[in-house]
Amino acid sequence: MEQIPILKVGRCLLVSIQIDMHDKLAMALQDDLTQKLVETRARGVLIDISALDLVDSFIGRMLSNIAAMARVLDAQTVVVGMRPQVAITLVELGLTLTGIQTALDVDRGLALINRLIDAEGEDGAGGAH
Amino acid sequence: MVASTTSRIPDLLEKHQSKLLTSWVQQQLASGSLTGQIKEDELKEHSEKFLREFVAGLKSGHTDDIVGAGWSPVRELLGEVSHSRALQGFTPSETATFIFSLKEPLFTLLREEIKGNAQALGDEIWTATKLIDKLGLYTAEVYQQSRDDIIRRQAQELLELSTPVVELWHKILALPLIGTLDSERTQTVMENLLNHIVKSGAEIAIIDITGVPTVDTLVAQHLIKTVSAARLMGADCIISGIRPQIAQTIVHLGLQLDVVSKATMADAFALALKRTGQVVNRAAAKPA
Amino acid sequence: MVQVERTSTLEVRTPEDVVKVRQEVRNRTAAVGFSLVDQTKFVTAASEIARNTIDHGGGGRAHIETIVLTGKRGVRLVFEDQGPGIADIKLAMQDGYSTGGGLGMGMPGSKRLSNEFYVESSPGKGTKVTLVRWKSN
Repeated sequence: MEQIPILKVGRCLLVSIQIDMHDKLAMALQDDLTQKLVETRARGVLIDISALDLVDSFIGRMLSNIAAMARVLDAQTVVVGMRPQVAITLVELGLTLTGIQTALDVDRGLALINRLIDAEGEDGAGGAH
Repeated sequence: MVASTTSRIPDLLEKHQSKLLTSWVQQQLASGSLTGQIKEDELKEHSEKFLREFVAGLKSGHTDDIVGAGWSPVRELLGEVSHSRALQGFTPSETATFIFSLKEPLFTLLREEIKGNAQALGDEIWTATKLIDKLGLYTAEVYQQSRDDIIRRQAQELLELSTPVVELWHKILALPLIGTLDSERTQTVMENLLNHIVKSGAEIAIIDITGVPTVDTLVAQHLIKTVSAARLMGADCIISGIRPQIAQTIVHLGLQLDVVSKATMADAFALALKRTGQVVNRAAAKPA
Repeated sequence: MVQVERTSTLEVRTPEDVVKVRQEVRNRTAAVGFSLVDQTKFVTAASEIARNTIDHGGGGRAHIETIVLTGKRGVRLVFEDQGPGIADIKLAMQDGYSTGGGLGMGMPGSKRLSNEFYVESSPGKGTKVTLVRWKSN
């Protein structure tokens, strides 16, 4: 079964979702991410969805789950690259991506995560969430 | 009634194709319906192509119907001709005349070839008439569709012109809205703005509503949808141009505009600069 | 009278089937000439209902039809299953309602993404969801 690659970039884990995800793949990704977060002690998860031409409630749930799980492991989650037609559809669908910040692209996403991590302090104590 | 399989029209047409073409082109030129806007070469080309496909369509087996697969090259060709005539500004009649003018030369041909059998001649002419009528009507319909498409495209362009997105500064866009914000317009405005955000890499979009006459629950909903979509993409919005009456209406209606709003575009711009970490410095006065 | 120009039927039983449904609806809406945004909206709605068919209906099938009505062209989707059925349709159509945790059954959202939306269902009689979206001018 294909696997979604997870890269470490600085203090972040970078995931680029390129294909139409089905359940098994989504579960595998969440497991992988949890594992890598613990292994690398990364403070941020950057999810690049610029290749997705569709986000439904299943993918939305997956993203929210990842964010919730990351928070428990003291990491921030930023989703980048949402396409206009996807954004318009999500708003109409009524889907809110709770606990997720967004940025235009990977560069800005990394900058945002770094700002957020620094605001919280290196050891994760204090700072506004 | 002659059954479609025994009509002689397909064979006759094939045999006398070039003679028919010449008299048909002459007919069209003489009818004066083209008022010199079409070049004779283009006319000949269209007519020749049509006759060729027409014969092929007839040979595909159906002489009483033009919806089959064998007739699709003819329909495509008529579509093209009709579309280009629509663009050139011809009327539907002028365009359909392209087909209807084929009748006279075709009937002349039939009269010459089917001598001595009035019944057969009558039947063939009837078959030919029905066929050409169907083709002519099809041409008119495609023409109408083309005109509709042109009008729609123009309306769309007009809509876009009235909601231009302006690149105010590095990373900052401005969208001055003018006029009422209905459901359809909001869709266009939203798409336009969001596409610009991607194109220009903007982080803040200032939506100025000075030119929007009233803000009611519906308009507020449309604004909120636009702001939410922009946020999902990683950009934020500031609403500017809130007139005193609008501010009152918003409070009065209990509308929750979950977005920063400013009275003037200038204030919104200043805030946007701050938020994007940019500074505009006044140049020091030059020494006299 | 609505005329059906073209129709295809897909089995909706596995997650891979959901992907197939999405692709077919995408192709069909593109062929009819929907704008990109309208395509995305309708494919998303199809995805939601397809998942429902599997998760709540025990699997079923989807009919994807290209339709014409007095010059308007559109796409109609009919999802049907022989599952337990929906006891209270009105309740299921409320935002936030959910029987199995998560974001609800996706029905109210799908309704908003469609021009027409019909549900026929009752306990023990299975469920049939019809969605229609017309090409907008």
